[in-house]
Amino acid sequence: MAQAKNKSPSALAPWILPVTLIVLWQVASQAGWLSSRILPEPWAVAKAFWALAVSGELWVHLRTSLWRAASGFAIGAGLGLLLGLLTGSFRRAETLLDTTLQMVRNIPALALIPLVILWFGIDETAKLFLLAVGVFFPVYLNTFHGIRSADQGLIEMARSYGLSGWPLYRDVILPAALPSILVGVRFSLGLVWVLLIVAETISAQAGIGYMTMNAREFLQTDVVLVGILLYALLGKAADLASRGMEKRFLRWNPAYR
Amino acid sequence: MNISTTLFDVGGLARENLSSLSAADVNRPPARRQGVSLSLEGLSKSFGERAVLHDIELQLQPGEFVAVVGRSGCGKSTLLRAIAGLETVEQGTIAVGKGAIGSSIRIMFQEARLLPWKTVLENVALGLPRSLNAAAATLNTVGLGERANDWPAELSGGQRQRVALARALLHEPQLLLLDEPLGALDALTRIEMQQLIESLWLARGFTAVLVTHDVQEALALADRVVLIEEGRITLDLKVDLPRPRARGNAAFAALEQQLLESILHPAPARQAGKIAAAA
Repeated sequence: MAQAKNKSPSALAPWILPVTLIVLWQVASQAGWLSSRILPEPWAVAKAFWALAVSGELWVHLRTSLWRAASGFAIGAGLGLLLGLLTGSFRRAETLLDTTLQMVRNIPALALIPLVILWFGIDETAKLFLLAVGVFFPVYLNTFHGIRSADQGLIEMARSYGLSGWPLYRDVILPAALPSILVGVRFSLGLVWVLLIVAETISAQAGIGYMTMNAREFLQTDVVLVGILLYALLGKAADLASRGMEKRFLRWNPAYR
Repeated sequence: MNISTTLFDVGGLARENLSSLSAADVNRPPARRQGVSLSLEGLSKSFGERAVLHDIELQLQPGEFVAVVGRSGCGKSTLLRAIAGLETVEQGTIAVGKGAIGSSIRIMFQEARLLPWKTVLENVALGLPRSLNAAAATLNTVGLGERANDWPAELSGGQRQRVALARALLHEPQLLLLDEPLGALDALTRIEMQQLIESLWLARGFTAVLVTHDVQEALALADRVVLIEEGRITLDLKVDLPRPRARGNAAFAALEQQLLESILHPAPARQAGKIAAAA
């Protein structure tokens, strides 16, 4: 009840700080305290955004970046989920795979860049590979952990009620692992943008990272800021999407309602 | 070593019986006197060096209600889990019914162990997903028909145990094992649950084994109370009180006193065996 009453103030509260900062920024720029080459005023950034949107350039870059993020995430997270389920569910798979995966895990994905360029050159495959490797581990580890930490009491109970094999897996083990799996997915969705920025700044002919790096060459600080803001917005959107998934799939859990 | 293997395959605990319970069975009233006999002979079990069960001998008539009491760690829960097939034993036999395969055994744990991601109704129908109507009817018998579509997290502890009871009853068990299912409930809820269990037992006639540390609960429900001390049965007390049992009753109080004496002052010299109490 108390929550419902305070809904309108609490809905606005998170935005007070960013709006204040933007207002201060605008005032500081107009007063001439900030050089427009270092930090253009928010209004100029908005105008650059508009110009890019109208010319259609923005959408080309956005689409390219989104496509890369989505396919890299799908490959990496898909494999992570699959292998996590495998090693979590079967001791033999764990014995065979886990040591290797734990070793590879300790290599930062970005440390692979030189090797990736040697292998795949600088085309799309290199970027997707980098994204997939980076996204793989959070999903893999959390899936493995989720399966392993499934409540043994519930499993024992379900077995004593005649469940085994796939029904046991579907009705008990998988739902028990789901909160943990979704933590991995959420972490990966955050990570995918970081990796994408790096991948796109190495070499690309399109994408937000390319747009930003290109703008830097021509000292278009406002366009650079548009790129950075786009990443922030995309990150927020990804976070909202994963929260939505948690709300949908974990609606039985009072913590997510 | 002579263990009937059908019992110790955990997954196979009730599988045989599931298929026989079809939709046609659903609307018929529960069979009266559906209990089976239970016979434990020379049961022994140890965890590593520590022996938990010593040569346990126990015979239950079909439909009998036996309570097993004892201090914590005396092996009473292990005994129950062994009967359920959740625990293997090194020696001895456990025979349910006349050796016929397919006697259905259900166990209620101290925690309700409901699947939090399934609704109350789906939980009751666990293992019998096609009998949602029967599940709803069983849910009604434990007084929770209204809560069918709620999540288990929205229920109180007592309500969760009632759902667990409905889930067990839906399988029409011939032997119901109760592993301190009321231990975590408050005193009032516990008494309500005891009355519910008693009335369902009277109506359906299954054989019941209740493990509890609550002497009053044992005397309120059971035909016989068995005391386990350090893995041995040291007392087998017949409770000859009319039902429903009034706790304030003098005979009840006398039995309670006797039982508590036995638990609190274990007499090493006391002969293990049956001590019939005159009610």
